[in-house]
Amino acid sequence: MTYILKPQLHHPKLPTNSLGFTRRDYEGSVSTLCAGCGHDSISAAIIQACFELELPPHRVAKLSGIGCSSKTPDYFLGNSHGFNTVHGRMPSVLTGANLANRDLIYLGVSGDGDSASIGLGQFAHAIRRGVNMLYIVENNGVYGLTKGQFSATSDRGSKSKKGVINHDTGIDMVGLALQMGATFVARSFSGDKDQLVPLIKAGLAHKGAAFIDCISPCVQFNNHNGSTKSFDYVREHNEAVNRLDVIMPRDPIQVDYKSGESIRVQQHDGSILSLHKIAELYNPNNRAQALGYLQARQARGQIVTGLLFVDPSAGDLHDAVGTVDAPLNALNEAELVPGAAALDRINASLR
Amino acid sequence: MHRTREIGTDYFHKVVDCQWACPAHTPVPEYIRLIADGRYADAYMINWKSNVFPGILGRTCDRPCEPACRRGRVEEEPVAICRLKRVAADLKSDVTDRLPPPAAAPNGKRIALVGCGPASLTVARDLAPMGYQLTIFDKDTKSAGMIRSQIPRFRLPEAVIDEEVGYIQALGGIEMRFGTPIDSLQALRGEGYDAIFVGSGAPRGRDLELPGRQEAAANIHIGIDWLSSVSFGHIETVGRRVIVLGGGNTAMDCCRTSRRLGGEDVKVIVRSGFEDMKASPWEKEDAMHEDIPILNFRVPKQFTHENGKLTGVLFEVVEAMFDDKGRRKLVPSGDPDEHYECDDVLVAVGQENAFPWIEKDIGLEFDDGAMPKVDAVTFQSTVPNIFFGGDAAFGPKNIIWAVAQGHDAAVSIHKFCQGQDVAVRPPPGATLVSQKMGIHEWSYDNDVSNDHRYRVPLRDKQAALKDVRLEVELGYDLQQALAEAQRCLNCDIQTVFADKLCIECDACVDICPMDCITFTDDAPDNAQGEGDLRGRLKAPAGNLTQDLYVSGRLTTGRVMAKDEDVCLHCGLCAERCPTGAWDMQKFYLEMTYAGADA
Repeated sequence: MTYILKPQLHHPKLPTNSLGFTRRDYEGSVSTLCAGCGHDSISAAIIQACFELELPPHRVAKLSGIGCSSKTPDYFLGNSHGFNTVHGRMPSVLTGANLANRDLIYLGVSGDGDSASIGLGQFAHAIRRGVNMLYIVENNGVYGLTKGQFSATSDRGSKSKKGVINHDTGIDMVGLALQMGATFVARSFSGDKDQLVPLIKAGLAHKGAAFIDCISPCVQFNNHNGSTKSFDYVREHNEAVNRLDVIMPRDPIQVDYKSGESIRVQQHDGSILSLHKIAELYNPNNRAQALGYLQARQARGQIVTGLLFVDPSAGDLHDAVGTVDAPLNALNEAELVPGAAALDRINASLR
Repeated sequence: MHRTREIGTDYFHKVVDCQWACPAHTPVPEYIRLIADGRYADAYMINWKSNVFPGILGRTCDRPCEPACRRGRVEEEPVAICRLKRVAADLKSDVTDRLPPPAAAPNGKRIALVGCGPASLTVARDLAPMGYQLTIFDKDTKSAGMIRSQIPRFRLPEAVIDEEVGYIQALGGIEMRFGTPIDSLQALRGEGYDAIFVGSGAPRGRDLELPGRQEAAANIHIGIDWLSSVSFGHIETVGRRVIVLGGGNTAMDCCRTSRRLGGEDVKVIVRSGFEDMKASPWEKEDAMHEDIPILNFRVPKQFTHENGKLTGVLFEVVEAMFDDKGRRKLVPSGDPDEHYECDDVLVAVGQENAFPWIEKDIGLEFDDGAMPKVDAVTFQSTVPNIFFGGDAAFGPKNIIWAVAQGHDAAVSIHKFCQGQDVAVRPPPGATLVSQKMGIHEWSYDNDVSNDHRYRVPLRDKQAALKDVRLEVELGYDLQQALAEAQRCLNCDIQTVFADKLCIECDACVDICPMDCITFTDDAPDNAQGEGDLRGRLKAPAGNLTQDLYVSGRLTTGRVMAKDEDVCLHCGLCAERCPTGAWDMQKFYLEMTYAGADA
């Protein structure tokens, strides 16, 4: 929270992208979150990713629910479409918006309360339907707005700021997303933009349901000894399985790593995900192995991060339902009212 | 990298670009804030202590602070520091009760000062309150040396000079002997002074010995002598057509003065290219505003005359060539020579020192260029009790240099008279104090103004050109002054970083509007390491004149590296920091003047 607006002046050598925008043009209004909030870092990473992807801001729709995390869309992409839904209902509203206008790029921003408690069902169903979106959970494992109670993602045995031990099992959003059929699943950390920005870029470019669980320390209520979502704890227990470079179709292709050390995956839009292996045996193309690996590491107290699973040939909800190619707002009267002959044909097919 | 906090006060002083660039190291942002606060007399006194002539300098300073100003690197133009100084002088209330009281009793030491210009007056200002008896000699009939004789009245009204020299005279113990040229240093030494300060300036204007110079002498004038004659009322007119030769600030004063004395067709003709002229850009602008063309790349060859009367000047047309080492040479362009008719020529091609009154056999050594050998720090000559300062010491510069050198010479004279080692210099006094008032509240206004530089209003041109004594610049009005003051970035409010408190949450990196802050891997503590570090910051730090602020190693093994270059000092890093690792602290540096370190 600050009292003054961020000055308009920027670095004289700030680069512009092919649209003529600087990174600053993807910012929103000044954050009113607590100083040091991890969510602000995620907002900065989203801004950086959208700048690097050269997205036209007016082609992005950002949707969120209720909570600290769900406030953040006000703090990035100030020139994009936004929808702040009721608590936990962002996935339904996003699904509806996506069905109506498939041409926009959908970014759902939610928190552990919004997605793992009140919106758990909504989350599961939007994922399993394969809605084409990037769904980011800003996961701080605590109810910050109501002064620090455990949330559904707080790990069992972790300690609240007041010293209470959590006796409930934490929900692993990544495991849930894998089981629900997400075709792009990653985990990252607000304090590691080098990892997070490429994941957001890849997730935005992915066709189908992309999910990023981003651990985001709550500086006010969950950054103490005994917390498993503090800066220090996450840094000590972070096990990255790979490092990602996103190469867009327009970029010159560079080979950064020796063969055998990297995997290249081409996505629908032509973007190439170049994955530098860190964990030798980790294979991000196998859902079952990913689940097993995650659970084994979790049992050892490690937090696995990186691109955990990707299916580059995934389809989305529109493919499954067979919707019309154009967004609904682009359909004209002739297409919407095809006439008696068309009706007769449909009726005949049902007899 | 070396941790920056282990480096001394020079680090923070350099961040305050204006103060660092000012020869007198005036605490600029502090007085600008006082102006914004309506405390004009307080702002004036900060200036008075540091540069002695705020009202004079606020109109005439060469402003080395402004090209250095950080604002000029983040938008188009620097803060109008100089003209804000004038605002403090114009709007202040009576300051006489804030001046040091006269010494209770003389301290028994007598000092002679040669020349009554800014250097000598500064020495007198510093020494008088300590009871020194000071005698100032000057060949002119009034005080202030070149300030009064060479700067035209339409730029600097006489009342301002009298007021500020008056503050010095009021300190007591100062005797001014006008109309008293010193023609023998040996004789002056014989009068038993404890120390002598030579602040006699660079009084000789260079001449141009070209064909026709002698024959047409009646209408060819040396610029600084001519300006002085105008100042003292000996010259009141000039011919209708005037050519000014030279491209410095004196040339600008000559042409603008000519316009006011009847010159209708006034031209400045200069050897060099327009860009390379010595005159300050704003002085060239002011001249052109008064319909004075500046013709460049023309070298005078000959003064033409008929029947003993000047008819014009013949010029060779040249162009600039650069040799392998990038040095500029003027070579003939091949175009035919050009002749310009005129009634009077003013020669303003530089000025030089002249010490015919210093005997060669008294132990005072000169270098090859006939300048006295003077220590660049103590301003002591090879005769221990004779000191130099101002233009007399190191050749022609500006008032603010004379003031700075006067302060240093005063420190030396005091030490010498007290039997102390003049080589031991008092360090400046510096404080660094947190400006935090509340959670997001600072004792300074951290909201950055988006305004562009305000132009100083001028008097109507027709009226201005009618009277050589009518001040042409009107100065900022209150509203403009306050708005211009808001443009200051408060560079003295430093971003101070405490490694131990940082949790590396990136909040400062994300909020910084100028991409100044980076958390990155450490680099070796050498030039190569710094170069490497500069290259991998969030915005590469290409301005090598600006330092990097580097922390010690943090928990993750990385360091915080901040490029000072374009920091707005908006304090958002500190507002966003959850642990108070960043704090905004005011760095106030004040030079230590004579006697203050005792």
